[in-house]
Formats: sequence, C-alpha cells, structure tokens
Amino acid sequence: MIWDTENWAEIVSTIKKNKLRTFLTGFSISWGILMFCILLSSGNGVRNGMMSNFGSRSVNSLQYWGRSTSVPYQGFPNNRPITLDEKDLELIKNHIPEAGDITPMISTNKMISYGTYNTNCSFTGVTPEYMRINEIKIVDNQGRFINGMDIKEHRKVAVINKRVREILFQNGDPVGKLFIADGLGYTVIGVFEEDAWGNDESAYIPFTTAQLLYNQGWGMHDISFTLKNLKTEKDNKAFEEKFREKLSVIHHYDPSDKRAVGIWNQLQNYLQFLGLFNGISAFIWIIGIGTLLAGIVGVSNIMLITVRERTREIGIRKALGAKPSSILGSILMESVFITSIFGYIGMFLGVGLGELVSSILQSPGMEEIAHVISNPTIDVGVAIGAMITLILSGLAAGYFPAYKAVKIQPVEAMRTE
Amino acid sequence: MILLEHINKTYHNGAPLHVLKGIDLEIKEGEMVSIMGASGSGKSTLLNILGILDTYDTGKYYLNHVLIKDLSETKAAELRNKMIGFVFQSFNLITFKNAMENVALPLYYQGVSRKKRNQMALEYLEKMGLKEWAKHMPSELSGGQKQRVAIARALIARPQIILADEPTGALDSKTSKEVIHILREVNKEGMTMVIVTHERAIAEETDKIIYLKDGVIESIMVAK
Repeated sequence: MIWDTENWAEIVSTIKKNKLRTFLTGFSISWGILMFCILLSSGNGVRNGMMSNFGSRSVNSLQYWGRSTSVPYQGFPNNRPITLDEKDLELIKNHIPEAGDITPMISTNKMISYGTYNTNCSFTGVTPEYMRINEIKIVDNQGRFINGMDIKEHRKVAVINKRVREILFQNGDPVGKLFIADGLGYTVIGVFEEDAWGNDESAYIPFTTAQLLYNQGWGMHDISFTLKNLKTEKDNKAFEEKFREKLSVIHHYDPSDKRAVGIWNQLQNYLQFLGLFNGISAFIWIIGIGTLLAGIVGVSNIMLITVRERTREIGIRKALGAKPSSILGSILMESVFITSIFGYIGMFLGVGLGELVSSILQSPGMEEIAHVISNPTIDVGVAIGAMITLILSGLAAGYFPAYKAVKIQPVEAMRTE
Repeated sequence: MILLEHINKTYHNGAPLHVLKGIDLEIKEGEMVSIMGASGSGKSTLLNILGILDTYDTGKYYLNHVLIKDLSETKAAELRNKMIGFVFQSFNLITFKNAMENVALPLYYQGVSRKKRNQMALEYLEKMGLKEWAKHMPSELSGGQKQRVAIARALIARPQIILADEPTGALDSKTSKEVIHILREVNKEGMTMVIVTHERAIAEETDKIIYLKDGVIESIMVAK
C-alpha cells in the first residue's frame, strides 16, 4: 500500500494545495534536525579536540615522583624529602606484575646554542622505553630515538623537537650536528614529534647521561611505566592504593601518607575525562532531542490543522467508501513524507556545516584551535539513526491527527461549510 | 431491496433524544420514494441509517437481504462503497479535484486503476451531458452542473440504491426540475432511489411519499 503510486499522487496533490503550510511545517523539522546536527557535531568536535591532547601519551600509563612526608614515621621526622632511586626500579620490575615498559626520568632546563642561535630548552633524561610509553614519533628521515648503546656509554646525544630545530638550525637537517648546552657539546641524533599541548623547546637525552651530569650520578626525578589489565576507574584506584603501600615500605614512610609521592595516572584521568564528556554528550542529546521534539510537535500541530481543514473532504471520502485504514494511512504517509524530506534537508545542511568547519580547522594556522575543536562531524551510525528517528518522528507527529481524521463522522463533516 | 423492522434510535447528547421510534418500512427494488417531514422529524437520521453512516439501537435493517448491524467501520465503508450512492444537498465535491477525478473517486477506493476509472468517469459524465466539463474544477461549475457531477459519482460504482439528501435544496426551480428529471431517468433504468426532501413538488415526482412525524411514519402516500 505504501508503494502504491495512487496514494502518492493523492498526497502530492494535497501538499501542492498547501505549499506555504507544508513549507512552514517542513521548516520547523529542518531547523530541529539542523540544530540537532550542529549540537552533536560540536560536541563531537570538542571531544575529538580534547582527545587529541591525550593522543600522544600512551593512555594506560602511570608516572610518579618523590615529594616530602607529611607525618613522622619510624623515628624519621616529617617534611623529609623522598627521592626515587634504583630500589624503585627494582620494585616495579620485579614486584608489580601490572607494569610494562618502565623509564626513569630526570628533567632540567638548559640554555642551548648552535652558532649564533640560542634558546632555553627543557632536557629530559629517559631510557629507550620512553618512546613507547609516550608514543614519541620520529620525524621522517630525521634520525632515531635514544638506544641502549647511548644509555650504556653515557653518550652526550639529544633527540630534539621541531621547535628546537626551527630555532637552532633554521629548519635545516640537524642530525649529526653538535650544539652546546652549559658548555657541554651534544650531538643531535633525531627530531621527534609529540602531539600535545604547547610548542616549547624540548629535547630527550640518555637517562644515564642526565643522571651523571645533572643529578650527581644517583637517583631520578620521576618514574613512568605502562600498566596492563586495568580497565576501570575502580581497578586503577585499587592499584594506586596497593602501589603507594609498596612504595611506603621501600622509602620508609607512613603508608597512609598521601603527600610523600605524587602520582599521575593517565588512564584514571582519561576515564574521569571520559565521564565528564559522557555527561556533556548526554546534555547535548537531551537538548538535541528536545529541539527535535519541538519540531515533531510543530508538524503534529500543523497536521492537526490540516485534518481540521480537510474535515469535510475526509467526510466525503468516508461516505464514498474510504476505509479507516486508508484515511489513517494517507495522513501518516503525508506526515512521514514531510518529516523525512525536510529532515533530510536539515541533516544535509548540518552535516555540510560540520564538514565545512572541519576542513577550515584542518587548514594551516589552525593547529592550536584543533586542540580544542577537531573534526566536528557526525558518523554514519548517527546518520542512519537520524533516518530512523525521522520516520518514527513522522509517524509520531501524524498519529494524533490521523486518529482525529479517522474519528470524523461523515454526516457532521459534510454539514460543516 | 430495503427492509426496516422496528428501528429505534436514541441520541445521548445531554438529555436522551428518541429520534426514531420503531420504523417499519419496505422499499422494493426499482422504487423511487421520497421521505418528507418537518425538521426534527428524524428524516435525516433515517437516511443516515439507510446509508450506513449511522448506527441504530434496536430493530433490523436488511439491505438487499444483508442484515446491516454492528458492522466494523471497515466493513461499513466497503458496503457504502459498493451498495450505496449518495447525492447531497451541498454537492460535496472535493474542491481540488476536477469533475472527472471527483466522479472517479469511489472507484479509487475499490482499487480500480487510474486509467480505467478515469475512462469510466468520462462515460458517466457523458451520460450527464458534462463530457466537455470533465477537466473543470467544481468552482468553475454551476450548481446544476455540480449536482450532475455528484449524481455521476453516485452512479459510477453501480450501487444497489441511491440516497439523495435534499438534492435540489441548493438549486433554483428550473435546475431542480432538471435534476429530478435526471434522477427519474436513472430510476427508470432500474435503480432504487430514496430522496429526502421538504419540497412537495419534488416529492410528488416520486412513486411513494413517506411522511415522518416525531420519529414515526405518519402516513405513506402512493402516487397516482
């Protein structure tokens, strides 16, 4: 019955009779869908942008550093600084089954120079594992990351970022060149790329070199390692709890002293962030659905007016033998038809707008904004969902008016002038 | 053709209103009868029951030996479509369809193809002398023409009876005569016809006049 061309001819002829009204009805649904798309795309955009900040760091990792104790313990006074050392590495390697790649870290800031150019640069001493933990990417054909030999031989080599390359080497190929940091010469072995906030000068050097030159040959500032098999926030909390306890044993501080070591759990933060965004998404969905509902109510209202205006005609049709199903079908089909056509126009505009903004954001000079909003589009799944929603909306919008039409009494309907 | 046995009908809008108080009536095949009565006598209600547009409370109504009682809306629509042709006082043509499409409408609800039903509609319009008006909209037709289109529409599904509710009520006396003449012609071809009217001149053109008063049949007058 739906594909009966006769029915469509009837519907098209009634729509043609009421062009303005149909347009106004359609506009409300187009607007609803457009708003829905814009809300969803911008929500996705902000989410994608924020995600890109997490992007370069392996999501499942934990970093910790020594602070100072807040309570006296076993004869030690409070405010005793905690320094990480080989015991920590041994503990993680042998007694923490969840740990994967491990790297100790030493950070410092140095004035570096090459020829007449100089700048301030943060140095971080790391082991080769660091590359995997933080997903460091080496720029194409621009050398390598720190390797085992660099560590073993305490080599004075550095992997620099693009910013350092730009300032010291004027974007020339820096690999193999020697620059000076505090009177010591470092050979550039590679250029790396890190997808994260900020664009400051930074360089990685072998951990052993950093320890020897900048940390009196002992200890470390931070230790970072990847975690396996911790999926939920609860798992992570429990792990952190257990980990603090183990650390308190090797560093001799009160197990309940939370100030003694600082912990940054990437996954836990990620999960919290995800929770926040799910909240924002839910909010956007509620507003979006609200807007759509307003559109549906609009269509329903206008269909109701249509039915009222067509009361006489529907009465005549019933007298001539139109079955209730035929009346119901024609009103519902008209409603679905209007909703779908105009809904698609709205969706087309909304998706188009998203793609347009997306392409603007991807153009050069927009990198910073791209960390806030990125790829503000909606995916195919949502589009198919919207299609189903549109048809259901049409049915919902048409149901009440159609019911009214079916209830029309031919005798009374034909009496009204 | 039509057999009514003690039909009762009460409306319950506020105070109950007993409109039809036991109507017994037989109309034979090929008869042309008129129903007369003052307003409020129940003649419209009777016509609506005959046309399966309204239900009745007690009694029995046989249309062509079929008991018409407690029908679903769908079944009622089907019977209206096949067995009954309506002619109304205010023509009741669909304003945005041309004469041909209006005439063809009952066939649309029978599932007849567009080509076939339009062709048949043209034949019936020709019978009414309106062939060249087929593509005109109702607003472009005179009252008499509109009523002839409506008669064509009532005939196209080849019903058992024609029910006419004040068919000449909106027409001048000359056009009224034309219309009643056409109805008589249709009747002569064997169509049973029931006309509700308050014009004596029209009623006197029929074979039998049924006088209704306060929901009962007061008298039946057979024409000479």
